Formats: sequence, C-alpha cells, structure tokens
Amino acid sequence: MNKVCLKNTNKDNPSSLMTYESSGGYKVWRKIIKGELSHGKILDELKTSGLRGRGGAGFPTGLKWSFMPRNQEGQKYVVCNSDEGEPGTCKDRDILRFNPHAVIEGMAIAGYVMNASVGYNYIRGEFMEPYYRFEEALNEAYSAGLLGEDINDSKITFNLYTHLGAGAYICGEETALLESIEGKKGQPRFKPPFPANVGLYGKPTTVNNTESFASVPDILANGGQWFADLGVPNSGGCKLFSVTGHVNNPANFEIPMGTPFSDLLEMAGGLREGRKLKAVIPGGSSTPILPAKAALKMNMDYDSIDKAGSMLGAGSVIIMDDTTCMVKALTRLAHFYYDESCGQCTPCREGTGWIYRVLKRIMDGHGKNEDLNLLLSVQDKINGNTICALGEAAAMPVKSFIRHFRKEFEYYIKNGKSMVAKDG
Amino acid sequence: MISDQAKKEIDIWVAKYPAGRQSSAVMEALKIVQTENGGSLTGDLIKAVADYLDMPRISVQEVATFYENYNHKPVGKHVIRFCHNISCMLNGADDLISYLETKLGVKTGEVSKDDLVSVKKVECLGACVGAPMCQIGDKYYENLTEQSIDEILDSLK
Repeated sequence: MNKVCLKNTNKDNPSSLMTYESSGGYKVWRKIIKGELSHGKILDELKTSGLRGRGGAGFPTGLKWSFMPRNQEGQKYVVCNSDEGEPGTCKDRDILRFNPHAVIEGMAIAGYVMNASVGYNYIRGEFMEPYYRFEEALNEAYSAGLLGEDINDSKITFNLYTHLGAGAYICGEETALLESIEGKKGQPRFKPPFPANVGLYGKPTTVNNTESFASVPDILANGGQWFADLGVPNSGGCKLFSVTGHVNNPANFEIPMGTPFSDLLEMAGGLREGRKLKAVIPGGSSTPILPAKAALKMNMDYDSIDKAGSMLGAGSVIIMDDTTCMVKALTRLAHFYYDESCGQCTPCREGTGWIYRVLKRIMDGHGKNEDLNLLLSVQDKINGNTICALGEAAAMPVKSFIRHFRKEFEYYIKNGKSMVAKDG
Repeated sequence: MISDQAKKEIDIWVAKYPAGRQSSAVMEALKIVQTENGGSLTGDLIKAVADYLDMPRISVQEVATFYENYNHKPVGKHVIRFCHNISCMLNGADDLISYLETKLGVKTGEVSKDDLVSVKKVECLGACVGAPMCQIGDKYYENLTEQSIDEILDSLK
C-alpha cells in the first residue's frame, strides 16, 4: 500500500525537497536535463505502464501526451487539474499536501515530452493549505535549479505557476478549467477542437489530473512494466481510493488496481457496529450507485467495476449502511448538480432544477405517483444532450438510485416519509 | 479604490500569465479586493478591478457572480462554510449545522448580531475523509462534533 503518490506521507516533513529526493525524486528529471532520456522512450514507458487519467475519465495518459503537436512552432502548455470537487473525492488534496514535488516533476517531464515550456497547476480556491505547500515546493524546485529558463544549459525551459480557482465544480472539466485560467466564467467549450490543438490562449495544451502527473516520475524511474504489474490487465498500477461515509476509518488508500472491494472496506475499518452495508458509490457522486450485493463482488479496477454496473471514476468510494435514506441521499446529490450546472446548455440548466425540485417535493411529502417516471424522463433528456459530461454526471445517479431502490422512493411518495427509520 | 498594497498583490498574479493576458488574474484580484473590503464585493470594486486589469466591466461582473467564493452582501468577520454534501451528510452534517444555527442564533446565509460570524452551507470542499467538516478563512476543520464546534466558536474573536 502507498507505493507511489503517497509513499512519503508518514515521513517527517513529507512535502520537502529533501524528503522527495531521498526517495529517488527528480532522478528522472535530472536524466532528462542531462539529455539521457528521450521523449519517445518516455512515451513508450507511459504506454506500457497502462496509466489512465486519474481524474475520472480514465483516458490513457501516454496516448493523450502523444496527441500534442510536439514540433509545431509557438507556445504550448501543460496544465494540472487540481480542481478536486466531485463529492467523495479528496485524494489530490493529500498528494498536494504530502507529495507536491511529484506533481512538479511529473509536470516538468510532461513539458519536456510535449515541448511545452510553461505549466499551470489549477488548484481549487478553497485548498489553501495544499496551495501553500505546493508554492513552497515550487520555490524549493526553482532554488535548486530544477525549473526555469535553459535549465543547466540543457536548452530545456520549464516555468510552472499555480492558478487558484474560486469555487466552481464545473472547472474540473478541462475546457472550463482553461476558460477559467483565461479569466472567464468556467463554461466548457465545444470539442473538437480538442485542447491538444486549441487549448489555453488558443495554443496546444494538455490537461492531466494531479494524481496522473504525480504517478509519472516513479513509472519512469522503475519502468512502465513495473507499474503495469502492480495492477491488473487494462488497469495498470496502483491508485488512490478515498473511502468515506459510514466506515470506521475513512481515509485515502493507495492500493493495487484489482484489489477486492471487500479488502478495501476492511482497510477502512469496516462498517460501524451493528450496521449492514446497503449501497456503495464506487467512483464519486457522478458514478452509478450499486447495491451491497453487487459491490461486494467487484474488484477495484476499471473493468470489474464496469461489469458490476458502475464506473471507477476518480476512485471515490462512498459507503452507505442500512441507516441511509436513499431518497434523501439522491436529493442531496441532485441539489449539488443543480447548484453547479454552469447554465450554458438548456437540458442541464433546466433539467437539474427539475430533478431537484421533484425530489424536494417528494421529501416534503407532496410526491405524486408519476414523479418517478418524470424523474427518469428528465434525466433521459439531459443525457447526451449537453456540451460537457456534467449533464451525464447529474443524470446517472438518478437512474441508478431509482433502478436499485425504487421501493424506497415509492414508499416515500405514498407515505410522505422515509422507509428508513433513522438516517445519518 | 484599490490600495497600493492590493495592487502589489494583484501584480504578482498578473506576472504569472503572458503579456496582454492580465485578465487571467481577475479571480485573484477580486479575492484580494474582497478581503480588503471585509469579505464582500461592491459594484465600485468590480469596476475598479475592471479598470485596473483593462477588462470590460461586464466580464468582471460575470466572473464575480459565476464563482461561489465572492460575496455580494456584507458577511461576518469569520465566514463558516459548512459542507453539507454526501459524505458529510452521511456523518451527521445536517444536525451539526442546526446545532450551529441554534447556538449562534442565525440561519445559514445570515450574519450574527455582533457581525462576528456568518454561516454558509457549501458544496463538497474535497476533504470527505474528515467528514463532517467546515472551512473558516484558509483553514479546514475536520471530524467536527458539537464539542469541537463549541471550541472553534470560542476561538473566534
């Protein structure tokens, strides 16, 4: 456990340059500066490693980097997405606090591979402790001559800056994030063109998640195959899982892909005394909820969770025991998407409001028999009809909650109260 | 309208972006002037930021109203931003928010009579392993209980 991104967490001063270098940090970057590691070799290792985007979409990182027009003239950018805000997700916060240099090294390597001399790390505005830690690390890296212009006469330049958000979940969507860096409202762009062609300030840009960047240095230090072998086929390496909700020891666990869910639940201290597992959201609030039976059969990798009927997402495992009222839980998630919809696409802007208001009226005891079909119809009209994935993210929970816990919703509508005696 | 000190801080951010892209610093500029103004923005401040960054006023207005962290009404000296999303909810956030409201004699969105504290319900703050949690200023307070809320309130002066 905790072999890559969290490997220094329990050491003294985990975020310092000294701690990072004592565990092999910046070895790969120094090799690059000396001209001993080519960008082609790095791409090969990344592809071998099986690293997939850790922000939730799971797109192969090596492939994404290869889309950048490396030899095109002009400025190119590398951007890190530390706008962590999906309910249940809190892993990047720990990486920024305990291993910021791995993010810096990962971004610098990305800059070299894609021939991009400037990087921005977009940190959500509320993450002030992680921001200060990251800034401290950045200062250390500059002072040590690891960043800047023409580093060690290598002709490699990499300048890295932080950008702070100001409270908008949608900025975790990569094109909204780019708009936000440009000083605008965070409203997603149409794709194509993709950021690799037209990104920040109209220039080729690649955006990766914090955990993806932080995994890169160790992959290159130990080899792509080493990382791939930590996991299972199609889900290379280890990954951080934030286990939250009704468990005794909620925490972040960096474990091999393919670890049985039941083992992860045990690591998190299991359920509270006398409680039974009712449901699990395996990948963050946008991924479909699973009933206990299906969850207990799955392993924590892309294919297994997919087979169980959900998605690995950002690895944000929300555990619900038998005291949870599913109507209340869904209403809370619906409020989130209603609040966070950027308002650009009508199906999402209006649909998230409809979903929330219909659920609210069920909670208030004024539910109608046709409300469940109405909810399903609204979510269906959002799905696939919006510029970005927030639409689907808002729709998927509705469908899965009703599918697996329909009786609870029907009971609430009929009786004006929850089937579950006490929740929380 | 914008103090010299605030201008200095804004300039640090402007320097991070390419020449001519000073509008990239608008989010931090708004935060800096908001902090200087005791926690909320005014129309005049928004105009001053627009002038300083050479942006159309409407563009700054859009940013100031799109993002959650800008306030357009006066707030307390300390703003308690309480997460009520799923992981916090499962761990009793609603009861704690009620406790806080009763104790302070204010509802969420209101300012206490002595202007010391205001309470705001917010969406996920990304510290779900420490649920239930809240943010005051730059700091996160995690694994909250009625007792720890009492202690935090006592420490706010």
